[in-house]
Formats: sequence, C-alpha cells, structure tokens
Amino acid sequence: MTSPLDRKIKITGPVVVTANRVADGVVVYRSPDGGWTTKLEAAAVATDAARARVMIAEATADDLRAVGPYIAPVELAEGGRVRPGNLRELIRLSGPTIDLPVTFGI
Amino acid sequence: MYIYDSIDRTFVTERVAEFRDQVARRLSGELTEDEFKPLRLMNGVYLQLHAYMLRIANPYGTLSSQQLRRLAHVARRYDRGYGHFTTRQNIQFHWIKLEEIPDALADLAEVGMHGMQTSGNNVRNLTTDQWAGVAPDEIEDPRIWAEIIRQHVTLHPEFSFMPRKFKICVGTAAHDRAALRIHDLAFRLHRNEAGEAGFEVMVGGGLGRTPFLAQTIRPFLKKRDLLSYVEAVLRTYNQFGRRDNIWKARIKILVHDLGAEAFAKEVEAEWQTIKDGPLALDSAAVAEIASRFVYPDYEALEDSPPAFTAARRADPQFDRWVDNAVNNHKKPGYAIVTISLKPEGGTPGDATAVQMDALADLADRYSFGEIRIGHEQNLALPHVAQRDLPAVWRALDALGLAIPNIGLVSDIIACPGLDYCSLANARSIPIAQEITRRFRDLDRQRELGRLHINISGCINACGHHHVGHIGILGVEKNGEEFYQITLGGKADDHAELGALIGPAVPYAKVADVVEDIAAAYLALRTSRDELFIDTLKRTGIEPFRDRIYAAH
Repeated sequence: MTSPLDRKIKITGPVVVTANRVADGVVVYRSPDGGWTTKLEAAAVATDAARARVMIAEATADDLRAVGPYIAPVELAEGGRVRPGNLRELIRLSGPTIDLPVTFGI
Repeated sequence: MYIYDSIDRTFVTERVAEFRDQVARRLSGELTEDEFKPLRLMNGVYLQLHAYMLRIANPYGTLSSQQLRRLAHVARRYDRGYGHFTTRQNIQFHWIKLEEIPDALADLAEVGMHGMQTSGNNVRNLTTDQWAGVAPDEIEDPRIWAEIIRQHVTLHPEFSFMPRKFKICVGTAAHDRAALRIHDLAFRLHRNEAGEAGFEVMVGGGLGRTPFLAQTIRPFLKKRDLLSYVEAVLRTYNQFGRRDNIWKARIKILVHDLGAEAFAKEVEAEWQTIKDGPLALDSAAVAEIASRFVYPDYEALEDSPPAFTAARRADPQFDRWVDNAVNNHKKPGYAIVTISLKPEGGTPGDATAVQMDALADLADRYSFGEIRIGHEQNLALPHVAQRDLPAVWRALDALGLAIPNIGLVSDIIACPGLDYCSLANARSIPIAQEITRRFRDLDRQRELGRLHINISGCINACGHHHVGHIGILGVEKNGEEFYQITLGGKADDHAELGALIGPAVPYAKVADVVEDIAAAYLALRTSRDELFIDTLKRTGIEPFRDRIYAAH
C-alpha cells in the first residue's frame, strides 16, 4: 500500500484535512494547532500541495484521535469563511439533506 | 422461530467480550486503525460519512417481538431513535458511537442477536423468502436449510478470508420472493419428475459494477448433499477467485471468466472428494436443526370468517389495504400481512423505535410474536388470524404503517446513498421521496399497477437498481449528481437485468423522467391487465426512450 506521504497530491484550490473522530465517529477537521475541530471554520486551510502533504501526513500519524483522514476541497467565501467544497462535504458537515425519521410523522 | 441453545448463547456473549476488549485497545491507542478495521468489520461496524454504522444480522429475515423490541431499545439508547432495514433483511444503525457499540452488542446478545458476518470477506447473513414457513406455495421451510448452512459457515476458518464477500440465498417456494439469481450462490428447492425434493444450484449472480445473474450449474442436488456442495463451491471460489483486484474478486467474475460449465466441473470434482464425508446430511442432523424451529400453535380456523368479510364490505379503505398488503397463508383462517415502510416522503426501510415497539406489541397480540423482514425493505406479520385483520389494520394505520402501496410505484427500494454512505456518489433517498410525492395519489398508483423502482447511490448497487423495473443509479459528473435510468430489470422467477435507456439525467429531472415513463406505459399498454414490465417486454425500451428524450 502506498504511504500517504508518497501519494501524489494535486490540489486545484483551498483544501482542509478531514476525518472522523475515533471514539464516536463525529466529523472532524485538522486545526492549525495540530489538533482536531468539529468546526469547519476553525480548520487549517492549505492552498498548495506542499502544505496539504504535510497536513495529511501529520493527520495520518494521529491515528489515535481520528480515523480515515483525507484531503477535502473547500471554498473560501467573503471574509475568509470556509465552506464545504462539494456536496459530500456539505452533507458531512451539515448532516443528511433529508428529515430524519423521528422528525417525519411518528 | 429458531431457538438458540446454550452453546449459541455462550458463543455470542463471548464474542461481545472479545470485541469489547478490541474496542478498548483501539480507544487506548494499543491498536491502530489498520489493525482494528478488520476486527470491527467482523462485527458489522463500518465507518460512514457522519458516524460509525452498526449492521445487525437477522438470519433469513425472521425476528421475534423480543428482538424487535431490543432493536428499538438500541435505536433509542445508542442511536437517533430509528433503524434502517436493508435489502439483505438486516437492520443497520447509522449514528452509533464506537465507544458504545460493545454495550449495544451486549444488549443485543441477550436476545441472540449480533453483527457477525455482516461485513468482511466471508459468507454473509443468509437470506430467504420473507414468507418462509407460511407461504402456501412452498415445499418446505427454507430456513431449516439456511440455518444448516449458516451454522457451518459461521466463523469457518477456511471461509473467513475469501477473495470477497459471499451471499447465499435459499428459496423453496414456487415463486421466487428472495431474488435468488442476484446471489453469489442460491439454492431453489423443487421436485423432480419422481416427486423427490432437491435443489437447483445457481452460482455467480451479483449486481455492482459488473452485474450478472446466477447461472444454474446443477439442476438437481439431493438435500443430503447441500452442505458438501456449499463447501465445494466455496473451496473452488477460494482457490480460483481473484485476490489481486477487488473489482474482479467476486465469484460472478470467476464464473463468467471460466464459463459456468468449466466452473461447474471444478466444483463437481471437488465435491466428489467430500460428498460422502462428514458433511453429508443425515436425516437425524436435519431433524435436529428443524426441531429448533418452533412453529405457532395455530387454531383450527376457516378462511374468510364473517367478521372479516363484513369489514371488507363496510370499509373501502380496509378492503383496499387487504387487497394490497394481505396474502394467503398456508393455514386456513390465517393471513400474511406486509407492512409498508415506504410512506410518502419517507426514507425507504426506516422504522422508528416507537414503530418497532408498537409492531412488537402487535406481533405478540396478533402474530405469535413473530415479524419478518423482506428484501424489499418492508416488514411482515406472518401469522395473523383473518378475523383479527380489521384490528391489525386500525393499529397499523395509527402508526402510519397501513399504507396500501406494496408492489406499487411508491414501494421503492433505495440504499442510504450520499446522505449517509461513504461509498456513494449521489443521493438516493431524496430521489425516492420526490417520486413518492409525485405519485401520492393512491388511485394513480393502483392504475399503474405493479411497478418496482430501485435506486442506488453508486455502482455498488445496494439498491439493486439493475433489477428494478425502473432502475435509477446515481453517478457524479463534474461535481453534480446525475442518474442513469435502466428499464426492464426484475428479480423474480424470470430475473433480468435492466437496459440503460440513454444519457444520465440531472438530479432535478429524475422524478420527471419517472413520470414520463409511467405516462408512456399508460399510453402503450394494451389493457389494464398488461403490467408495466409486460408492456416493456412487448414494446422494447425504444418507445419509452423516445418519450423521455423528446421531453427533456
């Protein structure tokens, strides 16, 4: 298996590193202090492949706290606000796009 | 119901203790994810978009009321108050916390439930007809044979690390209600010319990226040889199946590449060496397993009791529901009630803890404490006295579960899709919901008649889109959700794979296309008696294609 460090990383815009928290599976983002945050706006954003490579390497090494780290695209809105870069990441951040059954009828 | 003995109970309980230790070691950092992942998968624990997912096996789709209540408890205590019934007769919980899974599994183990072999490259939970043991058209109860196989392959060291997962299905009825030909290995019990019952053996079915229907490699197998033949097929697969490429690892690829005849020769050669060994089933061994299935103590009743027929005459809504959701039972005076988990605007296959608890109560009161799960993601009460049907209908209606849409356009099979699943490319559930809203008028649904829509959010085809009369497959194109539409698939006695109708359509157009297909059918059919699938067979897909692509 190819080490994440050796993977070719191509990015075409701003990215974050995201994963799921080991204990409960909650979506988390790599933060600038080398920890993890559940808030996308508090995530560390990389805009070049070199920085992204370092971030994913550090995240992968942090196997105790987060599982399945990968690089995800984001958009930078006005004022530098970070938003999910695609539908998958929007759903991971905001939850399913449907009402959960407990809010549907019975 | 199959009744566990002390060996079964000890085994399941010990497995929970083992997994509790593995989870603790993962949480403490003693195990890395690479080390832990195969262990969690062996217990049905996946990682999805938002959380871990726990898949619980319901062997051959049978549940006791006690087990359903316990599932409701797990939904409430450890998840978000609901569960999702799957196309493999299992249930999964989508919001479970890893640190709480051992407790959830311990609670489930108390009622004989677990997540073993609901993931991984082993023999998965066996499936059968959800009407097993009660269908008037069955030769005998398929669950006995499924249980014999299940016991043999559970934790079998030779079959725990196969090239890929392996799904076995057993059917024993005149009509296939279990989608036999989409399984890796399927057995269909039938009688030969001498009147002896034996199995037709089918291998190499499966959907996903490269769909194939299973091919018959042996038209008649004596019942005594069932287990040795399973062993021979699995060994042949283990030996020749590809391990170098996950996309070519399923047995369907091996059967296709070798050819069914050559594959059968390999199996037969292996089988000759083991068929008269310890795996040959003697009648005492079969009787021992059969004795652990407890059947209801049915009353001696007559069909169509006056209270039932009077209620049908008096209440058109009840009559409509009976027509749609109630089927004949092999015992006079009883009926099988199918419970739709497909409300308008709902998520196919989801049931809340409140509904599960209430259904468990209904099962206790009216169905000898038994519930079934069908691969169409609906439930059933398998033993309801016909005289009780009005009361059952009223109770189900109060729970939002008396929707008379079984087999109709809104009875949609759908995978969780991109709303939950880490493999998905596109959403399935909102597509299903929009279609149910478009066709909310039940009279219109009845006018359309039997019409199966199956939706998958990715090529792995958990929503069985290839065998939907209308199949809908979500794909991603340049960051947008698009959907390929297939027509003409079916998973019954005459199983077929659907044919792609044309270019994929965007998310917002899918329900329009389904409406166009429905309208084309109404215009093309020769009479109300010609079902959608029959019209399609007669005309081919061209008139449907013309209508869709002229409109869009």
